[in-house]
Amino acid sequence: MGLDKIAIAKRIAQEVKDGMYINLGIGIPTLVANYLPEGIDVVLQSENGLLGIGPFPTEDEVDADLINAGKQTVSMIPGSSLFSSADSFAMIRGGHIHLTILGAMEVSENGDIANWKIPGKMVKGMGGAMDLVASAENIIVAMQHKSKDGQSKLLKECTLPLTGIRCVKKIVSDLAVLEVLSEGGFKLLERAPGVSVEEIKASTAGKLIVEGEIPEMRIN
Amino acid sequence: MISKVVKNAEEAVADIQNGSVLMLGGFGLCGIPENCISALLSSGVKNLTCISNNAGVDDFGIGLLLKTRQVKKMISSYVGENAEFERQLLNGELEVDLVPQGTLAERIRAGGAGIPAFFTPAGYGTEVAEGKEVREFDGKKYLLEAWLKADFSLVKAWKGDTAGNLVFKGTARNFNPMMATAGRVTIAEVEELVPAGTLNPNDIHTPGVFVQRIFQGVNYEKRIEQRTIRQA
Repeated sequence: MGLDKIAIAKRIAQEVKDGMYINLGIGIPTLVANYLPEGIDVVLQSENGLLGIGPFPTEDEVDADLINAGKQTVSMIPGSSLFSSADSFAMIRGGHIHLTILGAMEVSENGDIANWKIPGKMVKGMGGAMDLVASAENIIVAMQHKSKDGQSKLLKECTLPLTGIRCVKKIVSDLAVLEVLSEGGFKLLERAPGVSVEEIKASTAGKLIVEGEIPEMRIN
Repeated sequence: MISKVVKNAEEAVADIQNGSVLMLGGFGLCGIPENCISALLSSGVKNLTCISNNAGVDDFGIGLLLKTRQVKKMISSYVGENAEFERQLLNGELEVDLVPQGTLAERIRAGGAGIPAFFTPAGYGTEVAEGKEVREFDGKKYLLEAWLKADFSLVKAWKGDTAGNLVFKGTARNFNPMMATAGRVTIAEVEELVPAGTLNPNDIHTPGVFVQRIFQGVNYEKRIEQRTIRQA
């Protein structure tokens, strides 16, 4: 019944191309780093000022002065570099980061994304998400297709305050892989194993485009 | 060489008045001016406006100043780790400006660099854009954002010298270098204070011209928010 978080991360990892500089958001996107295909060489950026994020440190290597944007302790790899927040966002806004992978609470059929605020309930702030979605040439969203109470999160228009407009290019949800078309609409590319097109249709409130046979995702 | 050295945090923050606008370096609890925050707690100065990427946690960092109600307003990008902050905000006891992180960094950089405003794509089409001038460049829309400056900038560095030159370590650099440039008075606390001429000039991140006061910090706790490890 749909993908778990690790399977979503594994499917997104297949989108990563050799040589990319990538910013991974908090949550499922962070997991993508664990499932990159063999032979793919990429550099992960952390917006608090690190290019070349390594694995979590061993107990002996833990350094309070070396964290990722989720405030987790991390390590560096050969070739890593360190810089200020101003330089970090010059990389992001300047188009030097090729791919941004982040989570979303809602996405609209024209690529708008909402992921930072629930009025009256959650006021944590947008962090770097607005800068990232306004600038990245390619944005992939990892999300649950429906809310816990069964409401679609792939909408005609977002209901929550927006993080950015017309920016999401692709969505990997627990049910499907979808492309967001520039003229509007979610184009169904792949189904999660065992999930029918009918079920995806029923779970998508925005315009869903289904053309021909829709293959199942291949996840190792 | 001009000496910028003061004795300790208490002396460094002694003339910070009620109602001052402060910048405080750090990302999460990484690279925050722990000693200056403690000294502000002791001085009891009130109605502060604090410009800082985050607001600390409930019992550390700026969270300590929130608890004592010394902060009137926060200008930040992310404040998610602080229940007291959220309570004061939802009750209308605290003013908050939430600013996209890159816009915050650049507004501070601009403030220090004498650039009154700039255009950025971040936040276009969202509630961040409300009331802001929009202009199109090469077919894309951008928002006009103004510089930020502070009465006092409180920064934390790894090493510093008596001339005020600073070197940061790891991701503790973050907002500290820009904030150092944007304070009318910049106070730097360092883990290791050395005589001028000791640091290699090639390695200096923040030149001493931006720093008015520097002191050797003590008892750094350097608390870790998310201690994530792997097996050796």
